[in-house]
Amino acid sequence: MSKRITIDPITRIEGHLRIDVEVDNGKVTKAWSSGQMWRGVELILLGRDPRDAWAITQRICGVCTTVHAITSVRAVENALGLDVPVNAQFIRNMIASAHALHDHIVHFYHLSALDFVDVVSALKADPAKASAVAESLSDWPMNSKQVMAQTQDKLKTFVGSGQLGPFANGYWGHPAMKLSPEVNLLAVAHYLQALEAQRHANKIVTILGSKSPHIQNLAVGGVSNPIATDSQSVLTIERLLAVKEHIDALGDFVRKVYLPDVAAIGAFYADWTKYGAGVKNYISSPDFPMDSKGTQFMVPGGHVPGGDLSKYKPFTKFGDEYLMKGVEESVKHAWYEYSKPGPLHPYEGETKPHYTDFQDDGKYSWLKAPTFYGERAQVGPLANVLCGLAAGHQPTITYATKTLETVGSLLGTKVGPEILHSTIGRHAARAIRSGVMQEVLAQNWAMLIENIGKGDVATFNKPVFPKGEVMGFGMHEAPRGLLSHWTVIRDGKIANYQCVVPSTWNAGPRDEKDAIGPYEASLMDNPIADAELPLEVLRTVHSFDPCLACAVHVQDEEGNPVVQVKAL
Amino acid sequence: MRAVVLGVGNILMSDEGVGVHAVTRLMEEYQLPPEVEAIDGGTSGMDCLDRIADADLLLIADCMRRKDTAPGSITRIADDEIAAYFRTRISPHQVGLSDVLAACTFQGIAPKKVVMIGVQPESFDTAMELTPAVAAVLPEVIDRLIAELGAAGIAVAAKAA
Repeated sequence: MSKRITIDPITRIEGHLRIDVEVDNGKVTKAWSSGQMWRGVELILLGRDPRDAWAITQRICGVCTTVHAITSVRAVENALGLDVPVNAQFIRNMIASAHALHDHIVHFYHLSALDFVDVVSALKADPAKASAVAESLSDWPMNSKQVMAQTQDKLKTFVGSGQLGPFANGYWGHPAMKLSPEVNLLAVAHYLQALEAQRHANKIVTILGSKSPHIQNLAVGGVSNPIATDSQSVLTIERLLAVKEHIDALGDFVRKVYLPDVAAIGAFYADWTKYGAGVKNYISSPDFPMDSKGTQFMVPGGHVPGGDLSKYKPFTKFGDEYLMKGVEESVKHAWYEYSKPGPLHPYEGETKPHYTDFQDDGKYSWLKAPTFYGERAQVGPLANVLCGLAAGHQPTITYATKTLETVGSLLGTKVGPEILHSTIGRHAARAIRSGVMQEVLAQNWAMLIENIGKGDVATFNKPVFPKGEVMGFGMHEAPRGLLSHWTVIRDGKIANYQCVVPSTWNAGPRDEKDAIGPYEASLMDNPIADAELPLEVLRTVHSFDPCLACAVHVQDEEGNPVVQVKAL
Repeated sequence: MRAVVLGVGNILMSDEGVGVHAVTRLMEEYQLPPEVEAIDGGTSGMDCLDRIADADLLLIADCMRRKDTAPGSITRIADDEIAAYFRTRISPHQVGLSDVLAACTFQGIAPKKVVMIGVQPESFDTAMELTPAVAAVLPEVIDRLIAELGAAGIAVAAKAA
């Protein structure tokens, strides 16, 4: 007898996502992923100046501000065939990689670790033992017995205050929680230290972007940061030196805390390497351009069909034709209607809402269903890491090898990259990518300093909009994966604009052929110990770092508990 | 004394962005003394932690939905009410303000006093403009923010025309 579970909304994510699963004999047999918010930014952009689009699109989401901004200027630059000075590329690259680090750290420690860490159990831990466990994994100086004891005291005060805040709605004491009190305490200590680490990343974005959370320094054609070696008001060597200190602090945290923690949690929850693979067709954007035209990238990206690294096909430049021609979006199961049958390419994309109720076999989501040459594709750090491994990208290989070795030694067995196709593997990939991002950040810093040293301080090429129609798309490997903005510009005004965002790739509903999407596929066969407390569903969904926040932040005084789990 | 005035909301969704509009206009029209930092927080969360940490006063302008209330109505809640409010309510925006405040509390760096000025919305339609009912109360929202700063001993004057 199968049982239907509805979780609405999924908590500790950005935005409003509803997940329904059918459970039979303790396993998921059917799944639906439903975006519950309508995003109409495309309509706001129609008729506007393309040079303003980035400032508007960065308002789509409070978390992904910079990534939409960067992708938007790239889309317009691609439409115009406009080169970007390398200094501007370096500055953008630093903002993007710092933002990625911020996002990955916050996602692991503040959003998803609570699926694996029982915070309340940490109150029972022996701080000396917790410290010993931590010191066996890393030489991070903040793993001492004193730090663990202080953390436990803070936690006692906090839990005693009754204000659980971010820890509310945790599944404390759930049978699927497996860490010892000591490892739980260690994780809570690092939760607090991660709050400090994310501030370093945020500081870099603020210094370079002039402001945070909404950066001010972008422009179609470059950045608006004037560079001077002798002025106080612009990007000076002094400010760049401050940035370097934050970069180094992030490197320590990623290598000595984040990577070992993910490896340890992966080893303790090794059973989760068997679940959550889902769609193994992967796509990822190459990123961090080193030249003006966007043809040489520091991190590769492309297509890994069926999870087979030997069939890897790279995307080689901004505007890559293989990527451009492969993308379509279906609304057969989404709350929109098109003016003609079948899926549409984003250049011809339409945004016309058509709401019905939640129909299991019909329309049930505000997300469209994108496909790549007719097939569903998974995006995100896992896709990016797999492309790196396939392309022989040395930093990716180094961090992946080290992480898998740590997991293997904790398990007492050798493990290979095949375990990455899983719920826990997506967390591991995010940590591996963080190692890569920190190196990218440091290298762009060095390249910027070197280039300024040569006397090149150019940061901007003025865009010129032709009469008639041009079109282009911008691509970016955002923290959640391949992000693309597609625009048609007519007589210097936006005639069409479509954002194909990572969570649409992953969280989209069934497609034109009724094939299930990556979230839905990843939930199949997941074990469910208790239908009333479906922690396992959250684990798999959270591993994608869902971001549906195309909107709401409204405060509601009505005081209804809004998180509902319905088991029917 | 350090005060932070934080406007939150999404300016692409009409009245949802009222808090951002209020703070933006406050920055445009008033000379804020150095001890006051005004932030257009949008819908972000953790990005703001750095600046609200350890503030003596955190003043939030936001859209706030209440039952049976006319669009444009202004509500003030403070301190314990805010904590109680966050206990029963989880914002749809999960890493929103409530989590940032709780993280600050956990860290022992929470703002000493928190006041929220909320405005009842009329519409969340896709648009960058406020509805007339909400736009009409924007000056009053700004007056309320300035009055709160005044109560904390911070005088704010309009910029010279």
